[in-house]
Amino acid sequence: MSTGALALVSLLYLLVLFAIAYGGDRRVGLTGRPLSGPWIYSLSLAVYCTSWTFFGSVGLASSRGLMFLPIYLGPTLMAALWPMVVGKMIRIGRAERITSIADFISSRYGKSHSVGALVTGIAIIGIVPYISLQLKAVSDTFELLTHETTANLFDTAFYVTVILAAFSILFGARHIDASEHHRGMVSAIAFESVVKLAAFLLVGGLVTYSFHDGFGDLFAQAAARPDIAQLFTFAGSGDYGTWISLTLLSMMAIICLPRQFQVAVVENVDEAHVRRAAWLFPLYLILINLFVLPIALAGRLAFADQGVDPDTFVLALPLAKDSAVFATIAFLGGLSAATGMVIVETIALATMFSNYIAMPLLVRGYLAFAPGRDSLSGVVLAIRRLAIVGFLLLGYLYARLTGENFTLVGIGLMSFTAVAQFAPVLLGGLFWRGGSKAGALAGLAAGFLLWAYTLFLPSLARSGVLPSSFTEWGPFGMALLKPGALFGLAGMEAVPHALMWSMIANIGCYVLVSLISEQSAIERIQASQFVDSFNAVPGGTSQFWRGNATISDLQALAARFVGAEHAEAAFRGFSQTRRISPNPDEANPELVEFTERLLAGAIGTATARVVVASVAKGEIVSLHEVMDILDENSQVIAYSHKLEQKSKELETTTAELRAAYEKLSDLSRLKDEFIATVTHELRTPLTSIRSFSEILFDNPQVDLSQRQEFLGIVIKESERLTRLINQVLDLAKLEADTDTWDLVDSDLVQVMEDAASSVGQLFKDKGVALDLDLPAQPVHLETDRDRFSQVVINLLSNAVKFCDPQTGRVQVSLRDQADGITVSVRDNGPGIPDWACEKVFDKFQQVGDTMTSKPAGTGLGLTISRNIVSHLGGRIWVESPPGQGAMFAFFLPRIPSDGNLGAGSIGPDH
Amino acid sequence: MARSVLIVDDEPNIVISLEFLVRQAGYESRIARDGDAALAAVAERLPDLILLDVMMPKRDGYDVCQTIRANPAWAGVRIIMLTARGREIDREKGFALGVDDYVTKPFSTREVVELIKHYLEPAP
Repeated sequence: MSTGALALVSLLYLLVLFAIAYGGDRRVGLTGRPLSGPWIYSLSLAVYCTSWTFFGSVGLASSRGLMFLPIYLGPTLMAALWPMVVGKMIRIGRAERITSIADFISSRYGKSHSVGALVTGIAIIGIVPYISLQLKAVSDTFELLTHETTANLFDTAFYVTVILAAFSILFGARHIDASEHHRGMVSAIAFESVVKLAAFLLVGGLVTYSFHDGFGDLFAQAAARPDIAQLFTFAGSGDYGTWISLTLLSMMAIICLPRQFQVAVVENVDEAHVRRAAWLFPLYLILINLFVLPIALAGRLAFADQGVDPDTFVLALPLAKDSAVFATIAFLGGLSAATGMVIVETIALATMFSNYIAMPLLVRGYLAFAPGRDSLSGVVLAIRRLAIVGFLLLGYLYARLTGENFTLVGIGLMSFTAVAQFAPVLLGGLFWRGGSKAGALAGLAAGFLLWAYTLFLPSLARSGVLPSSFTEWGPFGMALLKPGALFGLAGMEAVPHALMWSMIANIGCYVLVSLISEQSAIERIQASQFVDSFNAVPGGTSQFWRGNATISDLQALAARFVGAEHAEAAFRGFSQTRRISPNPDEANPELVEFTERLLAGAIGTATARVVVASVAKGEIVSLHEVMDILDENSQVIAYSHKLEQKSKELETTTAELRAAYEKLSDLSRLKDEFIATVTHELRTPLTSIRSFSEILFDNPQVDLSQRQEFLGIVIKESERLTRLINQVLDLAKLEADTDTWDLVDSDLVQVMEDAASSVGQLFKDKGVALDLDLPAQPVHLETDRDRFSQVVINLLSNAVKFCDPQTGRVQVSLRDQADGITVSVRDNGPGIPDWACEKVFDKFQQVGDTMTSKPAGTGLGLTISRNIVSHLGGRIWVESPPGQGAMFAFFLPRIPSDGNLGAGSIGPDH
Repeated sequence: MARSVLIVDDEPNIVISLEFLVRQAGYESRIARDGDAALAAVAERLPDLILLDVMMPKRDGYDVCQTIRANPAWAGVRIIMLTARGREIDREKGFALGVDDYVTKPFSTREVVELIKHYLEPAP
């Protein structure tokens, strides 16, 4: 085929492409409808498949079998995570007017220039060889097809470079606001994806069904050749480690490659498209890989040892059969794969370069020396166009320098590993609030340095650009530092080896430095905006900004970068959709933020922030306040809830404590009173005993009868003292509930008869009559016989005490009832006044007629009786109608209630 | 004429012992068994000294002391308080109400006799 004809075909193809792009820019497709549906989006993602896929996969498969697959396995696996990861990135990207992956990462880490510049630098160094690979593929296939080799200064690759530069500028750098969607470019890329898939399927079908009799025949022939057959085995396809690391690598590449970020995030028009793409894109990958192995096998069979580069099998096979049409189709497929990649990649890189390397320098100078009215929008555009040309020329130079020494796959994987360095800071930034700017810089730098050392420099060395001694023996002969076997880790393939070391360094530095470094206010705000994008703070970051600016200043500023017309339209739109600030001269923080975002589309987030800050004098609120707003808002609510709860608990506890204190001080007062009373009651008999003892001792002359009287008093008072002590102890035992209760079935009639006879002498001495009114039949009750008897005896003793000698009469009765028994003791004494009926059971409350003799007693008997009855579950009371004596009675239930029995002390106030 | 001592206590046995001691010391003794009776006895004929118990039914010793001290006609009477309440606060209360001395039960009979003599026969 003649050079002119093929060049013409190529140019025609590119013109068709441009026509599509032009139509797409006007939002009209072949059907007259805007080209922006999920299919277009999914197809544009297929820019992932470059000439590496189109030619290189076959090359790899022909020597390594299925080893070409992991590169497509990774994106397929990643597609499942797209709605979560890419969806989040799209939402953030729209909110922050993100224009590139450098912009995205920079914005996440506090709109940092340095982070953006580092990402840009890594991307340029990592991607230029990849661009160079595309140029080489196009020029190689062009030369293969025309049988022409040009070795002069301006070879085929150079012309390819120039033409692609022109198209890239036409597609991607015609206007300024880079965050507006390049609909035309996306349409063209989608079209190219269709072309390369169709071309590959056509060539594959031709090779399989025309040159051979289908898959069966092809595989049978291949199986007959031992050297080819081993491609089918896993052993011939590399080890597990390589598979896993290549899969991981491509998982990272599919979101970190600048061109993939461009089409997936920046060019996305509808987040819902991501879900469709999550299965359409993997489907595309399966289709385009369908014929890789057949073509590789056919190539191996056809060109056994003829020195044909396996990377060109796709083209060489139709060519060998003199099928010019299919050869041209194959060429156009490869061309579409290469141009798609080159156009998107250079546009993405140029945007990054102008925003993070050129603009910061330019803006610094502009702000310092030329605060004039000149528009900068033309300058920005010129920078981008120059950058596109520059990158393509760099790619061309790289291709010239490295020559023929590399396979398509080798260079592609090297680029993948370079951009994979973005993955930790990108994904970490999306999901880990703690990732800091310092951490991002450290991680990126460490990963990049190790990548350069283990992969990039050796590639230059192998091409002869650098001396090769250090790759073979290590720098200065230090084997431990050999780039291919760092720290003695030999036996791994170069890419997995480099990936492992660079990732360890990258993630390690990122996490460690993030943990030990402090985040600034802006970093915290941005981290929060990114991580919490699903429930972002309404109003964006404007709530964190304080300061003032005039609307006219802001509009003038915007006009300088995006053009006066565009700026005016944007500001008008803003004031229409939002509440305009009452004072037209004073811009609210929302408008300041709007301006910053508007500029971010043109010059990147970091530069936009600096530029706007030069006009809008003001400060971001202090770090402390930002922390309050961002991190602690929710915590404050949680804390106040807890605090409220705690204070309630505290109040309850305080109330409980107060109640307990009051009870305790009551008890303490009662105890004091009791002790004071007991002491008094003890001192009284003691006083008599001591007095009479001393009188008798000092007065031996007292006559016998008086001596007898005095000694009698001493004896009686001693008895009283003993009784008192015993009863105090008894009461203490009852109140402390330390006594054991011997509950047995008892015949109460018997118990009462015994009690009556034990006090019989008392009654006889005083001449008081005792009438027993007891049932004829035994009365059975489960009770403590001794305690029961004690109560009865106490009541009888009291009764006899208050009765008049000779005329006194005490009646005792026992009534057997259904629910229990009642015992009553009635006397015909003076009775008890009404006011005392309640008090007689209290301690030391003796009621007697003091004008006569004081009743002999301790004042504790009734208290003890009440305690005993309460313990047995019953109650005791007194009735004293005027002039009829007193009647003490107690009732005991037949089944003692557990609640009362042994329920602790029953105090006088219960 | 013999000096007169009014014994006020609700404990019969203590009254018996005090009566014995007062008489043996050579004074006239009268008895009151509660506060009201004590005031009645004082009103009837002013004693030279009162042995006054505190804890009594109806009207207690403090009350009796206060009433006597409030009446200027009874200013010359000496009051020795005899009580089983030995706490410092009770003592102070007694002195604040104007008692001349304060003896805690159980007391030493010799000490009580010495005190009675001290107040009834001041040193010349």
